[in-house]
Amino acid sequence: MMNRRKFLQATGAAAATSAATSVGPWVHTASAQTGPIRIGLMAPLTGVVAAGGREVVEGFNLYWEQVGKKVAGRDIEVIVEDDGANPDVSLQKARRLVEQRNVHWLVGNILANTGLAVAEYVKGNGIPYFIPVIAADELTQRKRLNNVVRIAGYSASQTPRPIADYGLKQGYKKAVTISQDYAFGHEQCGGFCQTFTEGGGQIVQQFWNPLNTADFSPYLAQIQNLKPDVVFVMETGADASRFIQQFANFGLKDKIQVLYCQNATDQSVIRTLGPEAENLISGAHFCEGRDDPANNKFLADYSKAYNKLPSIYGFSHYSGAMWLAEAIKRVNGKVEDKVNFLNEVRAVKLTGSPLGKTVELDAYGNPVYDMYIRKTVKRPDGKLWNVPIASYPNVGQFWKYAPETYMAQPPYSRTYQGIKKS
Amino acid sequence: MLNKHYVWTALVLAALALLPFAISGYQTSLATQMLIFATLAMSIDILAGYAGRTPLGHGAIFGVSTYVLIYYVTTAGGSLWVGIALGVLAATGTAMVFAALAIRTSGVYFLLLTLALGMIVWGVSLRWTSVTGGENGIRGTVKPEWLATHVNLYYFTLVVTALMALAMWRFVNSPFGLTLKGIRESETRMKALGYNVPLHVFIGFVVSGFFAGMAGILYAFYNSFVSPSTVELRQSVAGLLMAIVGGIGTLFGSLIGSIVIITLENLVSLYTERWSMVLGFMFIITMIFAPEGLVGKARQLLARRRSRQNP
Repeated sequence: MMNRRKFLQATGAAAATSAATSVGPWVHTASAQTGPIRIGLMAPLTGVVAAGGREVVEGFNLYWEQVGKKVAGRDIEVIVEDDGANPDVSLQKARRLVEQRNVHWLVGNILANTGLAVAEYVKGNGIPYFIPVIAADELTQRKRLNNVVRIAGYSASQTPRPIADYGLKQGYKKAVTISQDYAFGHEQCGGFCQTFTEGGGQIVQQFWNPLNTADFSPYLAQIQNLKPDVVFVMETGADASRFIQQFANFGLKDKIQVLYCQNATDQSVIRTLGPEAENLISGAHFCEGRDDPANNKFLADYSKAYNKLPSIYGFSHYSGAMWLAEAIKRVNGKVEDKVNFLNEVRAVKLTGSPLGKTVELDAYGNPVYDMYIRKTVKRPDGKLWNVPIASYPNVGQFWKYAPETYMAQPPYSRTYQGIKKS
Repeated sequence: MLNKHYVWTALVLAALALLPFAISGYQTSLATQMLIFATLAMSIDILAGYAGRTPLGHGAIFGVSTYVLIYYVTTAGGSLWVGIALGVLAATGTAMVFAALAIRTSGVYFLLLTLALGMIVWGVSLRWTSVTGGENGIRGTVKPEWLATHVNLYYFTLVVTALMALAMWRFVNSPFGLTLKGIRESETRMKALGYNVPLHVFIGFVVSGFFAGMAGILYAFYNSFVSPSTVELRQSVAGLLMAIVGGIGTLFGSLIGSIVIITLENLVSLYTERWSMVLGFMFIITMIFAPEGLVGKARQLLARRRSRQNP
């Protein structure tokens, strides 16, 4: 029989334990290293880039499923949150993932403004934040943060440089650019303009169209009048589809040469287009039509899982997951030591990614890639894809400049495009 | 009757003050957000509930002060307190411009005009890249060091919100506030009584803008980041919906509205990515079954019970 004193002791102990556990959320408990690694993945599942957001989740999950959601003996738990393509919502979701769901890292986001907002948040608390798609130059250049790493990503001005060089080699002298009027567009155009003018080319005029431009005809008429040798087109998503369609409808496709940025002829765009999107030239590191065992396997896996060819969003997050898995192995699953883990993430030499070549980061946390000049062609099954027609090995975010010289110039904006006066 | 008011207020305040002891750090930060939006919704209620003019541009007024404060402190490197003064001043100034253009209209025209004015602010913040940072916005922590923790920021916000709520309550119950109610009930009669209706609406609008600006300052503390999405239409709509769900013309209903909507947003989005649809249904249900809002409905039910008890 339980006497009164024993009863008091027992209830007292129970109350004490329950009090201790209920204190839990306030005290940052050092979680046991046997638990799962929790990754907070943020993607715009609603809003203007919802299609891309879905592919972020697909690509990221595909890799973890392939390795059985277990790396170095630790389970991987991916917690997905919708960032609504809105920076305020992204901040809110980042807070929730870190403070309520206790994730070890944040990964994802598509739009630069959402990524910059989250970067500001992690600056305060040191949570590692990995950005396979956020391309804002500053995050790995002038305003880089130690805990923000662009695994398997690219910086905006990095990818258009080879295409500018390619244009010069084709003998183009007079170029016009048309670009979406926001930071990503300003930076991509800046990369193109600087390389093109320093190589002896000339930028005749630059057009900036607002995001979600329904009708490109005013721009097309002006471009036609300027009679340039080539047009550089920086459009993403629905704007890219509309531009490609309207350019063909205007009958300009066979008259004016065009060089596209990588997003304009990405699978997410050309998947829904027809003959008007054939034979388009663009520049990128990912080239889904490149014949390489690693790439072919990725394509087969991705198509089998989701019944479509992978876009840059799916590819980047698949490789990003691969990158993280590599780093987890390097620290033997001990990801709780953030400083050490971040060092190992930076030290990863990624082999076996769909790119088929070892990828590593430069000293500033941005990958160095072999870049390809790509052309869209029709596959036997009628789908379009990008195949390589020329390559530029080892292109980093600073192109051929020394990092210090490069970062001494102002960041690209609508007013500063790095254009060399001839 | 008055005593009862005091008891209720004291109870609510005590509950809010004890809240951080009961919830986690993240939830405390959510509670902070609720208080900030409650202030915004109350400022909207001054116009919508008391002056009978429903504005859709208060998100912009709110965001102007956020922009000015963050720009002044981070980009221009100025001092925090001057930044706060400038921010509130800018919001009040924006409200003056909005008011000057909108006071002669009412009903749906007032709604559309304030909506359009708000869109102009949004457009400016999007395109004036050299100052506002365009799409990317401006980042930077402006709150002082001693507000760094969730709990401290919560208490600070609670004190400011309580003071603002008190000020707004005094305002709408002042003789001037009564003239606003009069205007809501019958503009022509107020005119016939010799009141300068446009001037009264103008002052009401500017005062409401001042409080929206104060909420914007708190938001800058809370978010450390401002972008065009802070001044966009969504923000104005959110504030108005909070006022409506809580009960238009009840002032404190806005707090309930803000709690309900932010809680739902955060709870439902845990389970489905279609959370905006769930919110939509909730608004429809509120409009059908409690068009006077939650607080309005509760008061009505209480009054009915009371009249049944003492016939």
